[in-house]
Amino acid sequence: MRAVVSFLATRLARALVAVWLVSTVVFVVMRLSGDPVPLLLPPDAPRSEYARVARELGIDRPLPVQYAVFLGNALRGDFGRSIHFRQPAADVVVGYLPATAELGLTAFAVALVIAIPIGVVSAVRRNSLVDQITMAVALVGQSAPTFFVGIFLILVLSLKAGWLPTSGRGDWSNLVLPALTLGAFAMASIARLTRSALLEVLRADYVRTARAKGLRERAVVIKHALRNAAIPIVTITALQFGTLLGGAVVTETVFAWPGIGRLAIQSIYNRDYPVVQCVVFLSALLFIVINLTVELVYGVLDPRIRPR
Amino acid sequence: MGSSIPASVPADAAVSPVAGAGGRVARRTRRLALAGGGFVGVLLLVAAAAPWLAPQDPVRQSLRARLAAPTLEGADGHAHPLGTDHLGRDVLSRTIFGARVSLVVGFAAVLVGGLVGATLGIAAGYRRGWLDTAIMTVADAQLAFPFILLAIGIIAVLGPSFPTLIVVIGLSGWPGYARVLRAQVLVLRSREFVDAIHALGGSVIRIVSRHIVPNVLSSLVVIGTLELARSIVLEATLSFLGLGIQPPTPSWGGMVQEGREYLDSAWWISTFPGLVLMLTSVAVSRTGDWLRDLLDPTLRGE
Repeated sequence: MRAVVSFLATRLARALVAVWLVSTVVFVVMRLSGDPVPLLLPPDAPRSEYARVARELGIDRPLPVQYAVFLGNALRGDFGRSIHFRQPAADVVVGYLPATAELGLTAFAVALVIAIPIGVVSAVRRNSLVDQITMAVALVGQSAPTFFVGIFLILVLSLKAGWLPTSGRGDWSNLVLPALTLGAFAMASIARLTRSALLEVLRADYVRTARAKGLRERAVVIKHALRNAAIPIVTITALQFGTLLGGAVVTETVFAWPGIGRLAIQSIYNRDYPVVQCVVFLSALLFIVINLTVELVYGVLDPRIRPR
Repeated sequence: MGSSIPASVPADAAVSPVAGAGGRVARRTRRLALAGGGFVGVLLLVAAAAPWLAPQDPVRQSLRARLAAPTLEGADGHAHPLGTDHLGRDVLSRTIFGARVSLVVGFAAVLVGGLVGATLGIAAGYRRGWLDTAIMTVADAQLAFPFILLAIGIIAVLGPSFPTLIVVIGLSGWPGYARVLRAQVLVLRSREFVDAIHALGGSVIRIVSRHIVPNVLSSLVVIGTLELARSIVLEATLSFLGLGIQPPTPSWGGMVQEGREYLDSAWWISTFPGLVLMLTSVAVSRTGDWLRDLLDPTLRGE
């Protein structure tokens, strides 16, 4: 138990350092990106007005002071006021969060529901036509650029076939294409991994034993093989969830999906530092929490790799 | 993630009714990889010879031939096998020239990332201690959030240009090299031959350059190839978001973006450069997978 606690403490410390490093880099980059004040004022605004807005935003102070203020406030969950939306940045980001959560979770669920059966069938019917075709598609899916997958799906399924809307957020039909686009990479990776993990397990002695005692093939695969193959699948699957965050930036832009990825890109163009910093901080935190959880779950699933 | 299973496994016959399929699979994998490598080779030639191969000037506009569907006899009297875009520019010629941006940025970024990543990874593995902790913490931090946001921020600050893109895309990949090489150097360093050279008075520089680097070279080549695919896709993604090489210079990502507005009426503007980009990415990563299986099967789990 003590080993587990110290292991967790080390990981947590490194994770916190990571979040701090990331926010510092983003702070520096955003401050270098130029003055946001001219974006807020009419071109003929007097200098006094300019100085007032700069003071109001806190960007008239020296950079080290700004940095100290930023860090202190960030620790309390306060990222300052959005320059563009004129309300607390954290509130803005939280307002956009449900759309991203909806998209991310759907993409993830779709990826799992499609990928795992495909991986299982491919492994059981190894080298069959089905295996060869699905694995070739998975290979392409793994290296296809997210933005082009999106454009291609829009072209085929919404413009040519006319089945689904091209962009925006509304009912379930708006969700299909973005979810498929965002989930494509995870789907391909999970299918390939399920296949190779299952193939590995199907060679094990206990599978031979299960077969020898006359179990039906279905029972052998599902009860004995799949359960043992679950550990690597769960790990990679959960780690894929972290990389979905990066994909969301592109997918949301392609489909005009009102989530935090698109918000971040627009905020970079608007030089809206507080919002960008809040999004980055939040996604780094999420990513780290997911990774830590995976490591814990891994330990629960497989006693052999618990830290001693 | 390994794509194929070692060729001859004892229980193979039990798993698959097709006995001896393993050898065939291995052969097919090799053929696919050769095809991938061949594709990349052809692409390099096409990029180098673009001015002679492209049927037309990639930036010449022609109002008479705007948004022309793929045709051999365009309204302007020229053949446009892949159609023309909203300014009447030839999509085939632009796609051929687009290969230059993708490959130049891709290869240069791999060089930058490989140099930085390998140096830091070898230093971390060889020196261990605080240097190791510091380097790996930074690597973890960089992997901990969507890099594309940082890339967009930096490019928005510095402005899109070849050097900026190359450095940003290159640096996006360094943790990959650093992690793998560090782990390998940690193992190599504890081997007896390192102590022996030390005892004989060999300097650290000599040990690293003559004995460590040659031992990690094959991993470096494998990661570099897989990184090439990632770099090309990242460049295209940034161009798609308007942060790549600026118009009128054709780039695949930029062309997909330009064609987006006309997707309904002129699908060819986005589709052809996008397909070529996808093919390139698949071909390069296939080659990388094959190199990995060939040179360094231990990398599979990475």
